[in-house]
Amino acid sequence: MSSLLTLITRAQEIPPSEKTPAMADAMRSNGKIFVVVAVVLIVLTGMFIYLIRLDRKINKLEKGA
Amino acid sequence: MRQSWWKILCIVLLVYTCTAGFLGGVPVKPILNETIRNLYFHVAMWFPMMIFMFISVVYSVKYLRSQRLVHDWYAVEFANTGILFGVLGLITGAVWANYAWGKPWSNDPKQIGAAIAILIYFAYLVLRNSLTDLDKRARVAAVYNIFAFAMLFPTLWIVPRLVESLHPGGMGNPALSSKDLDARMRIIFWLGAIPGWSLLGLWITTLRIRTKKLEEKNYANA
Repeated sequence: MSSLLTLITRAQEIPPSEKTPAMADAMRSNGKIFVVVAVVLIVLTGMFIYLIRLDRKINKLEKGA
Repeated sequence: MRQSWWKILCIVLLVYTCTAGFLGGVPVKPILNETIRNLYFHVAMWFPMMIFMFISVVYSVKYLRSQRLVHDWYAVEFANTGILFGVLGLITGAVWANYAWGKPWSNDPKQIGAAIAILIYFAYLVLRNSLTDLDKRARVAAVYNIFAFAMLFPTLWIVPRLVESLHPGGMGNPALSSKDLDARMRIIFWLGAIPGWSLLGLWITTLRIRTKKLEEKNYANA
């Protein structure tokens, strides 16, 4: 555990000559990050459609008999 | 509960969080790389959980004072949603840990604390189901709920912050510090993720409470 902490803290001291940590710049440059966002938004939309329909059904039941 | 303005706000905030969460700029950190974006999805589960558990225990106390069963319904449904967020927090944390720390479960103090806290709430549900008399169930569950809520503090917030931990914040260090996050992340986190997920949990809880009220009304008329 303490060696892992040492590794993490020492890893923060990046000497100027070394590369910066890898990020998903490839996904950003070729536009695939937008696919990720689209998928997540589709899942969210599905969930919200479900919730809105359920909310409306309960509204109807509360108002009616 | 039927008002829609806060539900529309919930949709707007979550769409913003999920879009900005992936497209927004983040600090470049070793080991974490892009997974720092989990701030909006994993870390953000715990704050709504605390809010719902707090609301739940408030209704438990209200029940003990009023003896009105409807307060018990509110208490259990808010606890249910809190438990859902807690379980999601544990699972998303294990997925993140698998890639950041090498394995999904490291017996990290905060992981263990969160597991214990949620097990205590599972026991709340089991306790409820073991009592058939409605008033006794509500009364005993309300008292237990107060204990369960109180236990959140040592298990999640106190002990993990005192000892060595893989999570940020161990040994008295600041948790969401300026060295790990930056202003861009803070805006999406505090203005998008936390209110968005909280409103979603509130929406789900109110739907469940309204359904329960309808069921009880039909049962009474049956």
